[in-house]
Amino acid sequence: MYTEKVIDHFTNPRNVGEIEDANAVGQVGNPACGDIMKMYLKIEDNIVVDAKFKTFGCCAAIATSSVATVLIKGMTVEQALQLKNKQVVEELGGLPPQKLHCSVLAEEAIRKAIADYYIRGGMAEAEANELCGVVETACDSCSANVNA
Amino acid sequence: MTDIIYFDHAATTPLSKEVLNEMMPYLTENYGNASSVYSIGRKAREAVESARAKVAAAIGSKDKEIYFTAGGSESDNAIIKGVARSRRDKGNHIITTNIEHPAVLETCRQLEKDGFEVTYLPVDSNGIISLDDLKAAIRPTTILITVMFANNEVGSIQPIAEIGAIAKENKILFHTDAVQAVGNLRIDVKAMNIDLLSMSAHKFYGPKGVGAMYIRTGVVIDKLITGGHQERSRRAGTENVAGIVGMGKAIELAYEKLDENTAKISALKAHYLEQVEKRVPHIRINSQMENCLAGTANVSFKYIEGESLLFMLDMKGICASSGSACTSGSLDPSHVLLAIGVPVEIAHGSLRISIGKNNTKEQIDYLVDALCEVVEKLRKMSPLYEDFLNGKISF
Repeated sequence: MYTEKVIDHFTNPRNVGEIEDANAVGQVGNPACGDIMKMYLKIEDNIVVDAKFKTFGCCAAIATSSVATVLIKGMTVEQALQLKNKQVVEELGGLPPQKLHCSVLAEEAIRKAIADYYIRGGMAEAEANELCGVVETACDSCSANVNA
Repeated sequence: MTDIIYFDHAATTPLSKEVLNEMMPYLTENYGNASSVYSIGRKAREAVESARAKVAAAIGSKDKEIYFTAGGSESDNAIIKGVARSRRDKGNHIITTNIEHPAVLETCRQLEKDGFEVTYLPVDSNGIISLDDLKAAIRPTTILITVMFANNEVGSIQPIAEIGAIAKENKILFHTDAVQAVGNLRIDVKAMNIDLLSMSAHKFYGPKGVGAMYIRTGVVIDKLITGGHQERSRRAGTENVAGIVGMGKAIELAYEKLDENTAKISALKAHYLEQVEKRVPHIRINSQMENCLAGTANVSFKYIEGESLLFMLDMKGICASSGSACTSGSLDPSHVLLAIGVPVEIAHGSLRISIGKNNTKEQIDYLVDALCEVVEKLRKMSPLYEDFLNGKISF
């Protein structure tokens, strides 16, 4: 059901942990759904210089978090905001259909972290959330249900 | 390749060598159709009838009350739908529980769409129904009580004889899905007042794809599979002779060594629960030692998710199951764990091991060592565990 790349990122996840002096942190998902992703980014001169994650979830959730951190390191903030779950899935060589929502969570966690970066920089929360496309989804309309 | 350490006997069991040896002639030279009149047909017929006698002896029924099917799910479907259709003029109400196997639950839900009314009895924290709830649920229109003998996820055993007595007193048919119980527990359908029972061979070291229904003499139900007159016209289709022979041998072996195996398996489970409780913090034990299958042990590991736990154990050669949403194929964790009161967040991190007769204490110790390592690794990357350590969450 999982590609070798998924298994590799699950067994040897890259960039696990926290960044002490992160200036962008975003968490999505909830324990009742069985998936939580927390992204820590260090942004300097508009570049994502470091990215780490912590994830509570299945193999796919851990693997997508891992790949997403690898992909966005070195990107500009604007590029990181453009990262789509499709790229994460492609990088992993595909995900089973019922696991696609994990890749959506990774994309959402990054956007939420960047919104946090803007908020820390003084931007109003609503404006930052709109700019980064952060949406608080209710449980029954979350991407997991949509994709299931 | 790491050796396989198999702790998933509630999912299926390995086919016993003795059983395979009994089956082999019917997969090779004795390929006759059991309905044919010539010698290899007659040999097949004799073998099927001999297996029927063994199955009947194991549960205290008459031979002619046993009907072979393709497995537990078919037996459940045939019995529940068969009773519903044949008794519709007498009533449209069915009583079951909210911890049944999907073969029963989904069948009941389908009947609800056809106008039947179903009461799903709740269970207590040990996974057992209340007899008072059962009595209170009975209506003049109740045509069937279907309660599983033992649960597949947590192992709880229902008070089957008491339920049977209540059903008899109220003249309601009583069916039990005994897929997890047959081969593991003593069953006497007469003493327990069971009218209908489902079983599956691969749960007791027999082959997959064969099961049986017990239908008490005098109980007439509609057929699920129509066609030829096999199984005394109650279940059409050429008999799976080799499978049926295997089932007969497997059930005979299971009951020959039942007490010995149960004692051994039960000791292993007690050792597992004791060790895991001692060595892994923040857990919740969902299976008891009393009124529970000897080999089934369900434990939730807080702050981690079950599927990732299963995969990490798999890399160490360990086969087990989980009640997490990610392994159930739905978005919700196990309905059984939720029914016994496990909070949804914790249910996602559950691990069911089901111990078999060939497991050893060394294997349990290896499992607990692996759990210590894997659970710690997953917790280290879990934001929930971080929240717990920071006092932000209280479960």
